[in-house]
Amino acid sequence: LWQTHSLQDLRQQAAIASKVFVQRDYTSGTICKFQTKFPSELETRIEKQQFEETVQTLNNLYAEAEKLGGKSYLEGCLACLTAYTIFLCMETHYEKVLKKIAKYIQEQNEKVYAPLGLLLTDPIERGLRVVEITIFEDRSIGSR
Amino acid sequence: MSAVMISRKVTRKWEKLPGKNTFCCDGRVMMARQKGVFYLTLFLIVGTCALFFAFECPYLAVRLSAAIPVFAIVLFLFVMAMLLRTSFSDPGVLPRALPEEANFIEMEIEAANGSIQAGQRPPPRIRNVQINNQIVKLKYCYTCKIFRPPRASHCSICDNCVDRFDHHCPWVGNCVGKRNYRYFYLFTLSLSLLTIYIFTFDIVHVALRSMDSGFLNTLKETPGTVIEVLVCFFTLWSVVGLTGFHTYLISLNQTTNEDIKGSWSGKNRIQNPYSHKNIIKNCCEVLCGPTYPSVLDRRGLMSVEAPSSTSSPPTPDNAATKSNPATPNTKTTAPLIPNEHTPDEAKPGIGTPPQKTNGSIPKEGKPSSPRDASPKRSPAPIVVKESAH
Repeated sequence: LWQTHSLQDLRQQAAIASKVFVQRDYTSGTICKFQTKFPSELETRIEKQQFEETVQTLNNLYAEAEKLGGKSYLEGCLACLTAYTIFLCMETHYEKVLKKIAKYIQEQNEKVYAPLGLLLTDPIERGLRVVEITIFEDRSIGSR
Repeated sequence: MSAVMISRKVTRKWEKLPGKNTFCCDGRVMMARQKGVFYLTLFLIVGTCALFFAFECPYLAVRLSAAIPVFAIVLFLFVMAMLLRTSFSDPGVLPRALPEEANFIEMEIEAANGSIQAGQRPPPRIRNVQINNQIVKLKYCYTCKIFRPPRASHCSICDNCVDRFDHHCPWVGNCVGKRNYRYFYLFTLSLSLLTIYIFTFDIVHVALRSMDSGFLNTLKETPGTVIEVLVCFFTLWSVVGLTGFHTYLISLNQTTNEDIKGSWSGKNRIQNPYSHKNIIKNCCEVLCGPTYPSVLDRRGLMSVEAPSSTSSPPTPDNAATKSNPATPNTKTTAPLIPNEHTPDEAKPGIGTPPQKTNGSIPKEGKPSSPRDASPKRSPAPIVVKESAH
């Protein structure tokens, strides 16, 4: 029954019980990385491994966006030579990965989190500070 | 999909952003509130170059080479592009925490502190994080209600937390932070080159012309030269010095803010954990690293009416209306804590010591001057006790 609920229905019908904020992990420096520590509020809702997998994938995507390497240096130098006007018509590498991330989060929400009564918010909407997970009231009758 | 609201006036998010920035072009341009010095910078650069093109270039193009004015034009355009890019872009402002996030953090802090006896001051809000085998302290920002990421700092002139905060530059009318530091550096570098270029060719021009007509006649024929030489002479010292200073900072992967506060210097202090210990790698990271996107959604649309509390799905923003995320005047349930910029800064205790982070360093500052405690040059509105946040 839960699989047929769309995100829209969830939003309109369910009430928010609480929100959990997964904080940034700064142990590797200033790169964008989130803590994979499993929040206790989610223990009854989702499996630890699933959660960790989601956060780890996000971390990998952000790492790809911020990777310092030949490609990013090339992009930087080329942009500098054009006095950065090239970005008026071209998307930066980071922006391309952000789109990938948005798609991934939507996909995860549809496939995994909405059926469990949870909702992930794209970290870019929170200043890349936190991954906000909204926990909806559990109204299911025959849930696990 | 919910019914599309047909509203006469579309409100974009930049109109509701807290902080003391001004926005232009419907949110595309973001600057500090005081722009007077920025206009002066523009005037000096454009004016001097105009004089150069008017007085020197016709003579030198004929006498020496047409490449001289061409190169000057290219350099001038590059300088202007860098200046405008630095001034108009988001330096890396961190959006303030929404009430729920702020509450969540407050609860975490209270849980960590345990119970405090009445009359005792709560401990300062600091999180310790280990980066690269060094312990870095993350301070809590009472204005933005977040623990600042490493290297971020709160600019009191713009009233925002800025990521990788370098300094607030009145000459460009904006903060210099993670997103626009490389443009700022390229601006100072190219401006140094332009100043040297104009200065050199002024001298060459005067020398050549004096051979033909005599020194005094030359000055009478091209009065602009005198003005240019004066401007360039004084600009040279400050801008070249500043470029040198920032080159030094980049090679060490430090910010001006860290340098002033002496974060990584001294025996008892920790070493800079962000440096790659390799000058080339540091330079590459700062100048050629990825271009970070702005996390302030300035041009997203805000819904006209505030919907019910359910959150909206995480779709890309521009088309969909979103619930009002930034309600700057919401009182959170956080305890009232004095703003870190209030006059009672001398009081120890509640919260972390206030940050004198708005090193509003004028560009005339020689490399040594940032080391002096530069007094707050910000006008009165800064020390405003804000109770709404």
